[in-house]
Amino acid sequence: MSINKQDVQKIAHLARLALTEEDAAQYQQSLSSVLALVEQMQSVNTDGIEPLGNPLEMTQRLREDVVTEGNRRDEFLANAPQTEAGLFLVPQVID
Amino acid sequence: MDWEVVIGLEIHTQLSTKSKLFSGAAVGFGAEPNTQTTLVDLGMPGALPVFNKEALRMAVMFGHAINAEIGIHSVFARKNYFYPDLPKGYQTSQMDHPIVGKGHLDVLLDDGTTSRIGITRAHLEEDAGKSLHEDFQGMTGIDLNRASTPLLEIVSEPDIRSAKEAVAYVKMIHSIVTYLGICDGNMAEGSMRCDVNISLRPKGQKEFGTRTEIKNVNSFRFIEKAIYTEIERQADILEDGGKITQETRLYDAEKNETRSMRSKEDANDYRYFPCPDLLPIELTQEYVDDIKASLPELPSHKAKRFQSEYNLSEYDAHVLSSSREMADFFEAANSATKDPKLTANWVMGELSKLLNQAQLEINQSPVSASAFGKLLARIQDNTINGKTAKDVLQAMWNGEGSADAIIDAKGLKQVTDTGAIESMIQAILDANATQVEQYRAAEPDKQKKMIGFFVGQVMKASQGKANPGMVNPILAKLLKG
Amino acid sequence: MFEQSISTLATKLRNKDISSVELTRLFLDRISKLDPQLNSFITISDELALQQAKAADTLLASNKGTSLTGIPIAHKDLFCTQGVLTTCGSKMLNNFVPPYESTVTSRIQQAGAVMLGKTNMDEFAMGSSNENSFFGAVKNPWNLNKVPGGSSGGSAAAVAAGLAVAATGTDTGGSIRQPASFCGITGLKPTYGRVSRFGMIAYASSLDQGGPMAKSAEDCAHLMQAMAGFDEKDSTSSETPKEDYLANLNAPLTGLKIGLPKEYFGEGLDPKVADTIMSAVKEFEKLGATVKEISLPNLQLSIPAYYVIAPSEASSNLSRFDGVRFGHRCDDPKDLLDMYTRSRAEGFGTEVQKRIMVGTYALSEGYYDAYYLKAQKIRRLIKEDFVKALSEVDVIMGPVAPTTAFDIGSKTDDPVAMYLEDIYTLSVNLAGIPAMSVPAGFADDMPVGLQIMGNYFAEAKLLNIAHQFQQNTDWHLQTPTLAKGA
Repeated sequence: MSINKQDVQKIAHLARLALTEEDAAQYQQSLSSVLALVEQMQSVNTDGIEPLGNPLEMTQRLREDVVTEGNRRDEFLANAPQTEAGLFLVPQVID
Repeated sequence: MDWEVVIGLEIHTQLSTKSKLFSGAAVGFGAEPNTQTTLVDLGMPGALPVFNKEALRMAVMFGHAINAEIGIHSVFARKNYFYPDLPKGYQTSQMDHPIVGKGHLDVLLDDGTTSRIGITRAHLEEDAGKSLHEDFQGMTGIDLNRASTPLLEIVSEPDIRSAKEAVAYVKMIHSIVTYLGICDGNMAEGSMRCDVNISLRPKGQKEFGTRTEIKNVNSFRFIEKAIYTEIERQADILEDGGKITQETRLYDAEKNETRSMRSKEDANDYRYFPCPDLLPIELTQEYVDDIKASLPELPSHKAKRFQSEYNLSEYDAHVLSSSREMADFFEAANSATKDPKLTANWVMGELSKLLNQAQLEINQSPVSASAFGKLLARIQDNTINGKTAKDVLQAMWNGEGSADAIIDAKGLKQVTDTGAIESMIQAILDANATQVEQYRAAEPDKQKKMIGFFVGQVMKASQGKANPGMVNPILAKLLKG
Repeated sequence: MFEQSISTLATKLRNKDISSVELTRLFLDRISKLDPQLNSFITISDELALQQAKAADTLLASNKGTSLTGIPIAHKDLFCTQGVLTTCGSKMLNNFVPPYESTVTSRIQQAGAVMLGKTNMDEFAMGSSNENSFFGAVKNPWNLNKVPGGSSGGSAAAVAAGLAVAATGTDTGGSIRQPASFCGITGLKPTYGRVSRFGMIAYASSLDQGGPMAKSAEDCAHLMQAMAGFDEKDSTSSETPKEDYLANLNAPLTGLKIGLPKEYFGEGLDPKVADTIMSAVKEFEKLGATVKEISLPNLQLSIPAYYVIAPSEASSNLSRFDGVRFGHRCDDPKDLLDMYTRSRAEGFGTEVQKRIMVGTYALSEGYYDAYYLKAQKIRRLIKEDFVKALSEVDVIMGPVAPTTAFDIGSKTDDPVAMYLEDIYTLSVNLAGIPAMSVPAGFADDMPVGLQIMGNYFAEAKLLNIAHQFQQNTDWHLQTPTLAKGA
């Protein structure tokens, strides 16, 4: 399975990574070699095998519906690049 | 061309849990920005979700209410996309195994017909935060209080064929979720938000046309208006030989138009996969059955019961059962009167009029159901007549006291003394000798109309206090001469 | 003093032969002298360490505390520590100071241990050589030209060089065991779900597991006593009661059934490493164990399955690093998209970006079934191999890695070759079973680790087996020359 530069740019866009032409060329190579490695899987017949997500196959535990945490806004905003009036600021969002 | 409109709805219902879907933060509208958030809601590194028990119970309740298959095995999946109000870069939702599977609703339309709307699924997911577009140095502010609030997304089949039907369906869902107590139904605060999928096709064509999705329409009226404008827009394009672009649109209520959403233009590939931080939810049949057994009476059942138990018309039963509060009020008032028709008329008539004028919900009525019932009982026992009762209700609404107190204080008690009424009527007949002559000379079916004049005179003379039930036979007897 | 075990140090602290403040100073001193050569720490929290040491001394003075009270240890810089910089080895988190504490570090702190600092690592735990750190490569204390292994290379190097009594690590595909092997220390990757992941910055959620790295199995047991156990904040945390990891360390190994998977001894394994492993196995036979050959037929498939599952989960887990609430944001973003794409491209290193893209691709429309779903099915085959094998034998033994530590820079040009080196460790994470790396000797003067794999929740058994081996060998007591210099 090999991928071209357009594929790389498309994936990079989905993953929100800015790639230069040069980056894209490099990633095209390295991604192709990983995908070639991964391709080995296709040689195995896995018909009728259930996928395994959690190794212990546990089920979801439930939390009681109680409020356990209060306002810690100041602490949480402290790591943000830009804030104002208790809000995280980002470049303008256009709906 | 004759177009058929095809509508499917996605309704996002905020579940009224105390805490969030995956964290112990409080859920609520209108708090200071970012004060109801935890590590989990903010998607801080290393934070992990734990699932709220009550949200699960509420989802299963809803499933039962729409006669759906309950997902005994359901799975949370991640829907991956970047947006500033989506802190983790993915929304935890459900994809292949939703908690509620196929179900349906029978919706009563204005013309009295019933329409069955299929419900594809209802799944649990977390809400996103809010982007505030006020100007912060040309930037957007992000408030994540709403992030991770539990939502039940109810997805209908494309079974809806008109704006009216869409609204009736949404009203029905609204009534169900508020009956169940799983959502406060406050559309203005965004507790229920609709995405409307609309397409047109030539009448008779089987295949669906290209659809657009109108996002976040949040009132019954806007749903109707948005659908009308979008139908018009699509029809115009198609009539001109154009093609509909599959896209997400936004309804602008001020301009009453829909417009394309720039932010959603990007072709999305959500890369759904099972969330590895959450495990499959496995329900026992016992759990599912227990919830079914504990379900409150639902609007459709209540409407049927009101028809059979109280002998109400389908329309009355439907109106009275449309909200749990209205139904409860009716039943409480009716326990004082034991006259369902009378109670129904007064609840749907005078009381609703006053509530509408004051823009109040029935549970905010200044006149309680029992006080209201006592007022109606005074009509029944002839203490006052209906006309006087309206005035008493207004006084009760104004806080002047109970029906009995007001009747006493204002001396509104009906005259029920036969002798007194007889002499009052005789006096009126004596004063109106000409009309009496004319009456006596008239044909019987004309007489029926003419008697109204005398009733009016009697009521005027008695200041409304003469009991109409007594006035009529005495009047008839005396007029005979 | 720096070479002593937790038990010995705990006794000395309790007998007031030394105070925790003195012991902490001794280690801080060693760090400042030796770490410039190793680069094993990203943050040295000396002030906090001395505060914690003082508090520990107060506790010890009133005969309170645990065996960890007053013991100076280090944490992999992937565990969130309240008020202390937590970078995950990335420029993305170059300035991130968590307002919360991970369950693992919190429990170890509760037990009274002193935190010396945060150790270097491959960025977001992606790597097997510790060359992928924004804060520079870590050197192997046994030979400064060699890698310490990864991703918990900083923890391994720090413990091997005597810069901390013990350390925490995390293991997604071998990140505790392989650096432990390369640096000649003992490391345990517990059963998935045994140690809470809360506050551990996620790489691949269904594979990540924290665990102890120390000089001996007994020291690992001391750490496990504190860090293991159910945590209600982690939905994947197991409610299986935790064992007493110290209680059975001395149980005899008579009758122990060891399985040697033939796939672990085939092509690609350095013959000197193979010899070292076989000598260790013989040692177990002397201790009363029996050995038989077994098979894990799907071993080879663990590489492709892992390199689909881990990057897929990572691509989603790392989406939260978007420059909005924390972490790196690019200068002067011209719009929202520009902020996202540049912040992430600047904040993440090449290997991380590559794995994000592999995962994004594997999950994308049209490829999900062929990649992610297929990998999860293979994951079941791999688990079933282990379940079957462990129904025949008590534990499985083999090498941790095909070679000893390699030269820094020797494999950076061919990352796929480096992925192949993970062949003996990945399958354990896919299956979720516990496994250890135990010093078993040397090949070409570099340490070799023996891997011991056990059944689900058999950590106490593994520690017992490793401890018995260490009672009869002294490989774990070897110290690199560099460590003796300070």
